[in-house]
Amino acid sequence: MEDLSFHYGRTRAVDNLSLTLSSGCFWGLLGPNGCGKSTLLDLMARCKTPQAGIIKYRGRDIRDYGSKVIAREIALVPQDFHVNFPFTVEEILLMGRHPYIPRFASPSSDDLQVVDQVMEVLKIAKFRHNYITELSGGEKQRVIFARALAQDTPVVLLDEATSNMDIRHTLDILDIVAGDVETGGKTVIAALHNLNLAATYCDKLVFMKSGRVVSQGDRDQVLTEEILYEVFGIESRVYFDEYVGSRQVAFRRRRP
Amino acid sequence: MWIRKEKRAAPETGRACLILLGGMLVLVIIMATGMGYMRISAGDVIRIIFYGLSGNHGLIAGINKVFPYVVWDVRLPRVLTAAVVGTGLSLAGVVFQGILLNPLADPYTLGISAGAAFGASIALLLDIGSLGIYSVPLFAFAGAVATLFAVMALSTSGGTISSNNLILSGIIVAAILSAGISFIKYVADEQVSIIIFWLMGSFGSKTWVDVFITFSFVFIGFIICIFFARDLNIMSLGDRSASSLGINPNRTRITLLVTASMITAVCVSVSGIIGFVGLIIPHLMRFMVGSDSRRLVPASALAGAILLLSADTVTRALLPAEIPIGVLTALIGGPFFCYIFKKRQTAVQSG
Repeated sequence: MEDLSFHYGRTRAVDNLSLTLSSGCFWGLLGPNGCGKSTLLDLMARCKTPQAGIIKYRGRDIRDYGSKVIAREIALVPQDFHVNFPFTVEEILLMGRHPYIPRFASPSSDDLQVVDQVMEVLKIAKFRHNYITELSGGEKQRVIFARALAQDTPVVLLDEATSNMDIRHTLDILDIVAGDVETGGKTVIAALHNLNLAATYCDKLVFMKSGRVVSQGDRDQVLTEEILYEVFGIESRVYFDEYVGSRQVAFRRRRP
Repeated sequence: MWIRKEKRAAPETGRACLILLGGMLVLVIIMATGMGYMRISAGDVIRIIFYGLSGNHGLIAGINKVFPYVVWDVRLPRVLTAAVVGTGLSLAGVVFQGILLNPLADPYTLGISAGAAFGASIALLLDIGSLGIYSVPLFAFAGAVATLFAVMALSTSGGTISSNNLILSGIIVAAILSAGISFIKYVADEQVSIIIFWLMGSFGSKTWVDVFITFSFVFIGFIICIFFARDLNIMSLGDRSASSLGINPNRTRITLLVTASMITAVCVSVSGIIGFVGLIIPHLMRFMVGSDSRRLVPASALAGAILLLSADTVTRALLPAEIPIGVLTALIGGPFFCYIFKKRQTAVQSG
């Protein structure tokens, strides 16, 4: 991925932004609410079209790719995971195979195998025949996440994909994607709110504010007290934590 | 916490359901044709139908001379129109529910039927004949599409459409349109009886032309729905997931909504406003064959035909006086709507 530059909307959710994201890394996208993280992910997944600028994927403008072709390259896990109709978990996961299955064809044994694997990895096989409408919020989000994994793409975009899960499932999922980045050569771009989780899992961070990039680069270079103050307007202490094995951020009460 | 059910609709059960429904539909068509002022046995009905198709006089030897006329020219057009309209309304219901992500959506609750009726009333009022037999359906279609966009525009806030706003907007627009229809009735002199009779909804005095027109449009609509069935499934994951799976949500939505409006308009223009069929059938079928549109669409198409044909046969042959079919479906469907609405609220609270 290279040379990402665009300008968008009158509200300027993303404002004349240029960014190059190298593949094979776990990128964390950090910034206050409404800074344009989701919009940026939408633009990368082609859910929205920029009014100006172009996005290149592997050196080619993403608009030049066919919609099913790009769907085999980039998967998006949305923040909103509401499903109104009682589909079974297996049906939802098979929807993730949509870009691989021709219209009117049945899923092949490969498709079913991928779905089985994903269910195994995410420990949702026991829900296979349950309706998604019956599951709890965290379980639903795991299914939606599984759907994106079933899409089996080299690039996965996560938009606050763990916000409704308990810490154990959050760690499970981040472990899975981080493992895919290290061993499978995947690229993950995750919008996150939890700075410490971002620091624990991401190799690279991008800090955004008001639709612009404030800072980007290796975690240990950009995760600093000065940048956190600039982006979020908060006092904090950044330190290296032996137990975690990476930098962490500590906060304190502002009105004791 | 919900009790987890082990049971679910597998593709095989779905297929079995479709075959079962298909068989039932044939059976209901034959029985409905035999029922009425003159009772005709099922065997005779089948023989007359085959005679009509093949022209072989040997088939109707020994049958009362009037029966072939009754079956072929009076009852079959009515029976088939009722079945096709039932199919159409259910299809429209499946599409509206799937696209608008709202289990309460149907051509009637969204005001689309009222829009189509308003358009058709104008055509009847002005007695527009320049477009021949297509003038009423065309006006109905224009009314339906205009209403659809008006309702969607009303319920959109900040780029997203809220499910409840949608129903509210549908009711508001439908109220305005019914006032409009009342006004048309008021200003119409000679046409008023035609408009009133037509608005109440009836399958009486339908001809083979009606059957042909309705069937061709509903069939086209059905093909489009089947073609987009999988896209419709994926749309229920939300726009962002859908477009990341290689679907253009806006294009799919517009295509399917316009298709559903076309089906609604054709149905309304032959039979008047018949409510709630599009609401009840997709619900029952979702329960039987699951939410997958590839099974839900054909199952609803068949079940809609069965339901509306049965209802029409009840009003025609069983009740002492024929009551308008629109009244009957509203009497049955209204309480059903209340039930779903209430159940949905409790589900939201406990989930």
